Amino acid sequence: MFAVENGLQGDPRLQAISDAIRVIPHFPKTGIMFQDITTLLLDPVAFKHVVDIFVDRYKHMNISLVAGVEARGFIFGPPIALAIGAKFIPLRKPGKLPGKVISEEYELEYGNDRLEMSMEAVKSQERALVIDDLVATGGTLSASINLLERAGAEVVECACVVGLPKFKGQCKLKGKPLYVLVEPSQLEEITF
Amino acid sequence: MQSIICSHHLCLAPPPTVLCNRLLCHRVPSIRLTNHRSATTSLRLFTCAAASKKSEIMAAAKEDGQDPRIPKIASSIRVIPDFPKPGIMFQDITTLLLDTEAFKDTIDIFVERYKGKGISVVAGVEARGFIFGPPIALAIGAKFVPMRKPKKLPGKVISEEYSLEYGTDKIEMHVGAVEPGERAIIIDDLIATGGTLAAAIRLLERVGVKIVECACVIELPELKGREKLGDAPLFILVTSDAA
Repeated sequence: MFAVENGLQGDPRLQAISDAIRVIPHFPKTGIMFQDITTLLLDPVAFKHVVDIFVDRYKHMNISLVAGVEARGFIFGPPIALAIGAKFIPLRKPGKLPGKVISEEYELEYGNDRLEMSMEAVKSQERALVIDDLVATGGTLSASINLLERAGAEVVECACVVGLPKFKGQCKLKGKPLYVLVEPSQLEEITF
Repeated sequence: MQSIICSHHLCLAPPPTVLCNRLLCHRVPSIRLTNHRSATTSLRLFTCAAASKKSEIMAAAKEDGQDPRIPKIASSIRVIPDFPKPGIMFQDITTLLLDTEAFKDTIDIFVERYKGKGISVVAGVEARGFIFGPPIALAIGAKFVPMRKPKKLPGKVISEEYSLEYGTDKIEMHVGAVEPGERAIIIDDLIATGGTLAAAIRLLERVGVKIVECACVIELPELKGREKLGDAPLFILVTSDAA
């Protein structure tokens, strides 16, 4: 579900967020129009809009856990967690987290990757939010949902700044709702 | 000096070590709490070898100038022995992130220090600097600039090499992220040898940015990272033994 479908139609903050995201063509490979959120982070007003919109949505949903996917989920997750009084849990590439971890494999276009979570971070029945900068295939978010559910948490929603248009409407990931702020930005035409 | 293994008991003993009237724990590992804002003596606290892996620090007494939030922050950091390899005492901040009050206090201390100082850039080193940097940047109205491992940033970058124990590594920053004359702080969770932070300083200074300060939650002073930072001051909340 996109923010515009859920009460934020015409909200100027969404346009500001979209405008602040830079498109880098053919990264990391030919054909991909990469949505670069680093330019959003250089705009403190637009960055704050992102956090404010998510905080407004989640502050009354009794969420005690915000899980952020390495590495760009680490940028958006903690400010939300701090504002809603929730714990922040990093979901990391293999071998980075110390202590006891559980891991979940997921598919890439070519081959597989793995995501890990600390086993001791989650108490049973906790209500969790998963956050990442962008959702494309949903593979990483699905792996995240699996990790949290295996540890006994209830995933309330997955939240992303950018999402492909296929995630409009009541699209769910592993039965969980998805909340997205903006569609991918387009490459600006160069004018002289 | 006698080593007595106590049970979860901590004593406060200023250097040189003096037996106080409490049980003195075997000094493995020790966490020293410092507050660099004032010139107070650091308080030497000893953690118990028989204690759980999570460091439990309770200040027996408060010295003047000690921020009362710091003991709780220090005690929320878990120490994991022999990770990522034997002999290393890993300072695990993920337990701090699970303690909502300690995490909030950590950010508040940095924000109080840097707000209103004309700082327009908060640079955070991948990946744990990405956790602490953005909340600070948002609160002080500054840009957040991620400094990343090679090939992660999609646009044009400048990069700086630094030494590892074996070999070298590089960190990168987007061209155009910062402008000459901007005032910056650099954030990471921990400073060990100082190699990464020194590289981050060089990257920013190359484009004319003034480093106001480097800020970390934890310092491992035995590794003398401070010495690599040149003129840039270092502000930290907690110090600990490296091994």
